[in-house]
Amino acid sequence: MFNLLVIFLSAVLVNNYVLVNFLGICPFVGVSKKIGPSVSMGLATTFVMTLASAVAWLLNKYILEGLNLQFLQTVSFILVIASLVQLVEMFIKKVSRPLYDALGIFLPLITTNCAILGVALFLVLKQYNFVESIVFGFSAGVGFTLAIVIMAGIREELELADVPRYFKGAPITLIVAGCLALAFMGFSGLI
Amino acid sequence: MNYTSLVYAIISMGGLGLFFSIMLMLANKKLHVEEDPRIALIGDLLPGANCGSCGYAGCANFAEKLVGGESQVTNCPVCGAEAAAKIAEILGVEVSFEERKVAVVFCQGGKGVVKEKARYTGIKSCIAATLVSGGERACAYGCIGYGDCVAVCPFDAIHMNTAGLPEVDRKKCTGCGNCVSACPRNIIQLHPISHHVFVLCRNLDSGRNARAVCNIACIACKICEKAVNGVGFIVENNLAVVDHDKYTKELILPTDKCPTKCIVIVGEADEV
Repeated sequence: MFNLLVIFLSAVLVNNYVLVNFLGICPFVGVSKKIGPSVSMGLATTFVMTLASAVAWLLNKYILEGLNLQFLQTVSFILVIASLVQLVEMFIKKVSRPLYDALGIFLPLITTNCAILGVALFLVLKQYNFVESIVFGFSAGVGFTLAIVIMAGIREELELADVPRYFKGAPITLIVAGCLALAFMGFSGLI
Repeated sequence: MNYTSLVYAIISMGGLGLFFSIMLMLANKKLHVEEDPRIALIGDLLPGANCGSCGYAGCANFAEKLVGGESQVTNCPVCGAEAAAKIAEILGVEVSFEERKVAVVFCQGGKGVVKEKARYTGIKSCIAATLVSGGERACAYGCIGYGDCVAVCPFDAIHMNTAGLPEVDRKKCTGCGNCVSACPRNIIQLHPISHHVFVLCRNLDSGRNARAVCNIACIACKICEKAVNGVGFIVENNLAVVDHDKYTKELILPTDKCPTKCIVIVGEADEV
């Protein structure tokens, strides 16, 4: 149990996917203009990460390791994640229309999010068991949500700030992201 | 070379791909949601760039809102007139495109027309001159003449003429409004292309003072207002303005009657 807690804290704070590992920067910068959509994006990512880590673990354990085909990890994970997201999207559209509308365009976009592939590859690298993998995927998603919501909060305030003309837009966003990453580096002694 | 792993790799990857494609195919049939067929039709006609300019999350979402009657085709700035017309046909509504707007410069006080009050040797920019003394020209409302509007035009549609006044190329102008916000004197406005008659002066001083600084200034003599019986021209705050809602071509143009010639016909009659 303690083991799972360590994995959770490690993925959320110490090895935050966005701010420490620098994975998934694209949605982190692209969808962090307002808090509302960034929460949706975070939830959708958490959902897909959890699911993808479970499937990736099963695939790796029973097919790739069984046939000694570990070198196909990247390709097969991409294949699985892409199909999975498609399937989930159809399922949600059928079952819960409001949820589908809330996740909107974000769900298919997540397919190409490198943080998802990162989670799948990391859990193989760290040799987690099935339960640990799922917890790892979920906490990586929580970490992503935390980072993107903090970023959106700052950027909403930034709209009102008197930013020098040449720093407006992307430059100031990257500077803020850098400061946030520095702050998260402070967690590195936690575990 | 290890042929076994090659075969395994091909079989397992091909198998996975086949498995997922069959599963998705089945799921697509099984989980199919009945939608208004017009949504798919309109989705095909929209640009598909998911730029978000319409205010919705992507083209598919916009198509749904169109069918639901919550939005209008004209909210999509990317899709052309042809696609918009087709979409409108599917929806059974009519599109009315807004008329193209072009910039109009409301000043004729070029060299030799407006009095000069000083010699300005600072930075050749209207906004810099405004900070110091308002440049060389005596009129406090008119063009300063250093071409800030020319510098910001991304379409090469506004140029300084020999008199030191900006001239708009009405064919090239897209109505983006960059020059409107660049002008520190606010003498550039956007007007529909069908508007041709303008009082090209923004001087709010009394007639005497306006005349003292510029030969082509509106002196608020109200001759134009009287010539059309108050329909089409209104004189307010010492300045005549054209009321484009009421002004029609049938009215006699009081251009000749204006003693200072500040009522001007801009552009060609049949331009679009």
